[in-house]
Amino acid sequence: MSKIKNYEEINLKLKEGKAVILTAEEVAKMAMECSPEEIVEKVDIVTTATFGAMCSSGAIINFGHAMPPIRMEKIRLNGVPCYEGLAAVDSYIGATACNSKNPEYGGAHVIQDLLEGKDVELEAWGKGTDCYPRKHIKTTININTINEFILFNPRNAYQNYNVAVNTTKKMIHTYMGTLLPNMRNATYSTSGELSPLLNDPEFRTIGIGTRIFLGGAQGFVVWPGTQFNTSKPKNEYGIPVSNAATIAVMGNLKEMSAEYLQAAYFDKYGVSLFVGIGIPIPVLDVDMAKRVSINNSQIETSVLDYGTVGTPKLGQVTYEELRSGTIKIEGKKVRTAPVSSLSKARKIAEELKLWLKSGDFVISKPVQLFPKNTSLKGLKETEAGND
Amino acid sequence: MIKKRYILNFPPDSGDKPFSYHLVKEYDIRINILKAEVYPGKRGSLLLELQGKKENIEQGVEYLRNQNIVCEPLDKRIHFQEEKCIDCGNCTAVCFAGALTMSRETWKLEFDKNLCVVCELCIPACPLHLFEIDFR
Repeated sequence: MSKIKNYEEINLKLKEGKAVILTAEEVAKMAMECSPEEIVEKVDIVTTATFGAMCSSGAIINFGHAMPPIRMEKIRLNGVPCYEGLAAVDSYIGATACNSKNPEYGGAHVIQDLLEGKDVELEAWGKGTDCYPRKHIKTTININTINEFILFNPRNAYQNYNVAVNTTKKMIHTYMGTLLPNMRNATYSTSGELSPLLNDPEFRTIGIGTRIFLGGAQGFVVWPGTQFNTSKPKNEYGIPVSNAATIAVMGNLKEMSAEYLQAAYFDKYGVSLFVGIGIPIPVLDVDMAKRVSINNSQIETSVLDYGTVGTPKLGQVTYEELRSGTIKIEGKKVRTAPVSSLSKARKIAEELKLWLKSGDFVISKPVQLFPKNTSLKGLKETEAGND
Repeated sequence: MIKKRYILNFPPDSGDKPFSYHLVKEYDIRINILKAEVYPGKRGSLLLELQGKKENIEQGVEYLRNQNIVCEPLDKRIHFQEEKCIDCGNCTAVCFAGALTMSRETWKLEFDKNLCVVCELCIPACPLHLFEIDFR
């Protein structure tokens, strides 16, 4: 019978300094020579990572009460609007919200400025009530003056993502970067064989409560991400061939580092936040060994035309092809470029290894597994002609 | 033989001299015009690739400067805040000249400024705004 390990055994090995930890790239290489049965014997944990622009990100902030107090009903941080419907001094700043006078500066930049210890201008208005008499406040805050500062990202770390091309005659500007006309470039996003959700495609170990590397600190998977979709077509290796599942993550921003969170502005698209995420995957059994052994030649994704409404699919390629520098689409050779940082992702995977080895980071069994058989709804329009 | 790119800026009164003729004829320099913006009576800017003997190019550049033309090596006009780069690759997507590429091993950005054609697409394509080019 082949070996089966549990979380307690692996954590005990970590404590004793005996656990064997490899990155997902290292284990993919190892799998060229070793069978899954051998890998489950040899390897205990595989670290996975990604560092890409993740628009569905943001921060929960509690500003603290001023004297006299105000019930903040309209809030601006460096001119960027934040959510005002959370009691008196709680707020949520979305990464993509932007300053209307300077649309290149947004919520992601506010988060980064606070993280770097910079002062940020807070201005808020309220109607004035008996318990919150104040109607206006203008002051500066920084990471030390605020109470909680929590990263809460509803949709991160997409399990696979499309390749973007543009078949039209005009250059277009997208969250997948600038797409040159006539398919003169193709951009792709995930870290391939190193990508967290591609190494546990059935979510046997990544679930609610999984402890992760988030922005340079320990964080958690708190829920399946929004648009969590397990119904996308899969290839023979069990990999969905387009964007499928996602995770919602949370962590203490006061412990994070600006090295692993980076505000960004995409020309003529808007603001986003690069988020560094690393997830350790325990090699529990032969099945998990097989999953983490996946390599770039086995991971396929769909090439979509971002220049055409409905983004029609033009082809399917492997990450091995994408990383080679050119892919072939409809007979044409197209130059490829990544839009997420593999070098940063590798750094995170190595950093996570060190955390695990130091004993500061134990692996955690999901408190609850993600749902199965989920799919997505579109937005139906109840009124005709409101284009 | 060396090959080097220069940015030339012309003041309003120097636009009508056949300086390229002199560069070819007197200094034996091969000229490749990669980008030109000329506004007669106002100003002009050129990106030139000069190919020839090292001393001839030095003398040719000296000749241009004596004609009141600003002539600076291209790499001095490209400002890239490398220390802030996260190696995302967005700039390499638009750089059809091949100056900005990703290392296939480390996946860090590699920038060969001498391949730049000053298309300036990298400037808005960089999500961190790390590029600036003084062409005009």
